[in-house]
Amino acid sequence: MKALVVGCGRVGSSIALELQREGWDVAVVDENEDALSRLGDHWPGSFLVGHGMDVDLLRAAGIDDADAVVVATDGDNTNIVIGQVAQKRFDIQCVVVRLLDPARARFYSERGLRTVCPTSVAIETLIEAVRACELPATTAAG
Amino acid sequence: MYVIVAGGGKVGANVARSLLRLGHELTLIEQRSDRFERLEDEFEHQIQRGDATELYVLERAGIARPPDIVLALTGDDEDNMVICQIAKEKYGVPKVIARVNDPRNQAHFDLLGISPTVCATSSIMALVEHEVPEHDLIHLLELRRENLEIVEVQIDRDSPSAGKRVEGLSLPEGARLISVMRNGRAEIAVGATTLEAGDQVLAILEPGKEDELRRVLLRS
Repeated sequence: MKALVVGCGRVGSSIALELQREGWDVAVVDENEDALSRLGDHWPGSFLVGHGMDVDLLRAAGIDDADAVVVATDGDNTNIVIGQVAQKRFDIQCVVVRLLDPARARFYSERGLRTVCPTSVAIETLIEAVRACELPATTAAG
Repeated sequence: MYVIVAGGGKVGANVARSLLRLGHELTLIEQRSDRFERLEDEFEHQIQRGDATELYVLERAGIARPPDIVLALTGDDEDNMVICQIAKEKYGVPKVIARVNDPRNQAHFDLLGISPTVCATSSIMALVEHEVPEHDLIHLLELRRENLEIVEVQIDRDSPSAGKRVEGLSLPEGARLISVMRNGRAEIAVGATTLEAGDQVLAILEPGKEDELRRVLLRS
């Protein structure tokens, strides 16, 4: 199975490493050459330097026969556009897009883009953590 | 008419100014604080500070009314695409116009169905081609919705079409000659029109037929 990961920050690099460990053939794209170091000393997959909006670069990274595309650059709108290009232009069935803004994540997921919003996950987790606090009885009652 | 203008750079601010002068109601949205502060005195309540790709910013600017038109004029193509998609598809804004900063992104705007678009670079390049023709076939106008384009061709002495009547040319299907410009005068091209060296011919055709047209008119 082939995966293309666009954006090699903390999130993108971790996803790339994990998929590669699970046996995927992974190609990574990032604007910054230094991002390669996030993939460790012996990255066996391919790594291309360039912008994910560049269709020629996506092709060079093998998007034409990718089974999954993960888009996790640091720009929500860039991710939205690249995700839709992967879906609509290259007909990739499994496109996963990281979006920090919950409102845009909701809107685009309603339109058929598989979005993951770490902000929403964080909000839920934090609320759960607050609820799990053992408060003194008086405070809870008051 | 009510207009939302996203982006208060040179383009956005000047467009907003022109619309206000015409008596339209509008809200200009600018994200950068330095630009916002510079424009605030002039635009007063008609400018808001914020990221126009955030839904609450658009809602504060009245996107839910909805406006008659949204102009996405920021310096970032991805932002402009997202603004147009949200305006059209979430809030039912009837018309959007998007600015394309990098002509290489035009295909993405087309893919997402965002039209019309304006790209200064492409317009300048089209003018350069027209003024200083490097190519034998110049693109004058693209009618994207109609899937047609208008091109200009210069007939040379050794062009296979020189000295031939229009009706005698085997033009590709989906292509027609419109007019012939000769000695500064344009005439509508009809079947009996004879092409001569030096003629500037306008043709309308489906995109992708350029090579066939070139073969018939310019070289055998």
